[in-house]
Amino acid sequence: MTIDEVKDALAGYDGRELTLMEVCGSHTRAIAEYGIPGILSPKIRLLSGPGCPVCVTPSSYIDRLLEIGRQPGHVITTFGDLMRVPGSDSSLSEAKSEGVRVDMVYSPMQVVTMAAEEPEKTFVFAAVGFETTIPVYAALVDCIIKKDIRNIRLLLSLKTMPKVIAHLMEGGAAIDGFLAPGHVSVVTGANAFRPLAETYGIPFVVGGFEAKELLLAIYDLVRLQGQGVVKNDYPSVVTAEGNPAASELCDTYFTPADALWRGMGTIPGSGLLLKKEYRRLDMGSDALLSDHKKNAACICGQVLMGKKLPGECPLFAKACTPEHPQGACMVSGEGSCRAYFVYQR
Amino acid sequence: MCVALPGIVEKIEDNNVIVDFSGNKVRAFGGFCKLAPGDRVLVHAGCVLQVVSQSEAEELESILKDIDVIGGGTPVRDVRSFADEAAGAVL
Ligand code: SF4
Repeated sequence: MTIDEVKDALAGYDGRELTLMEVCGSHTRAIAEYGIPGILSPKIRLLSGPGCPVCVTPSSYIDRLLEIGRQPGHVITTFGDLMRVPGSDSSLSEAKSEGVRVDMVYSPMQVVTMAAEEPEKTFVFAAVGFETTIPVYAALVDCIIKKDIRNIRLLLSLKTMPKVIAHLMEGGAAIDGFLAPGHVSVVTGANAFRPLAETYGIPFVVGGFEAKELLLAIYDLVRLQGQGVVKNDYPSVVTAEGNPAASELCDTYFTPADALWRGMGTIPGSGLLLKKEYRRLDMGSDALLSDHKKNAACICGQVLMGKKLPGECPLFAKACTPEHPQGACMVSGEGSCRAYFVYQR
Repeated sequence: MCVALPGIVEKIEDNNVIVDFSGNKVRAFGGFCKLAPGDRVLVHAGCVLQVVSQSEAEELESILKDIDVIGGGTPVRDVRSFADEAAGAVL
């Protein structure tokens, strides 16, 4: 079979109507960027799920970061993606312009050097992410413990993918197959999705990020409809078992905990916190239990759960644009509202 | 945020590696994989997550071939008819 035949088959599909969901922010962006929904038969509907870590970070997390950043001698360090996410009143970016020190990094490990250069300051890393990024935080914690570094702390908002997918399905989401997240699977292994596939009797296909790879994965989801199976269409980096060394280090320092998802509420066991013996490095991640909407009309939660499309939000492309985001899904380049806005998905 | 990019390992010093992204050299944590100079690796947030085992083109070819074996080029609208054959290809 050639990729053109795959494309034709997807355009001409005339079977049962299918709803497929991607749960990775980078997939959301790539699908929109390549215009993939426009290639598919109207009988194949693609939805974006809660796969953008920034989009599911609750407002109380941002509020707590701002509170810490306003304390003398504290420096917030973060990935750039988090800068414009709205808290209850303000974002990190707004606080920075008011004089709060917020330093952007490309890797959490950079903070080790920063902390050594300014020993009188406490550096707090805003550790947000899914299974892809969690090993990097585990490596940072490992370094802090082994080198006995006293001036690095973390504020965690760590989430795990299988639990939120189970939550969606238990909530009655009518999804016929999941495009499993490529880079999460590099760490967890494709097998992490097998229990879900078997429980709900639907396929999970791990896909890459190029247009052809996405088309293939979608084709496989259509082909395997109704079967509780896992297929790996990204074998150059994803194995059945993932990266055991990375998973092991995560297990050394983190333990499952309930987690609050923006707009979706608390999902039992869907997050990670530092184990009790390492909790001294934490800046209060277990107490972040409130989620305040910047704009009461924002329906981010329903968009993240695949219940509504961004265009169904009354604020979409009116009060809410990438320049003036009202919800986190419009902030991140990987958010569904942003993808729909920018690429007119 | 979950973006990961491929690069080539240039130098290894304990758990730290220098990865070359088309001429751009970046320090990364390499403690999660057995690495050797010249390895093509996937890097996320300054951390090597995996050694890339084949090129994108090779990967695509192998999956397409796999679909051929399973589906025999059957159009996707007939997909329900080869559901059982497909079972052999999944993990
Ligand atoms: S368009 Fe804006 S306000 Fe509406 S759901 Fe998306 S992020 Fe929220």
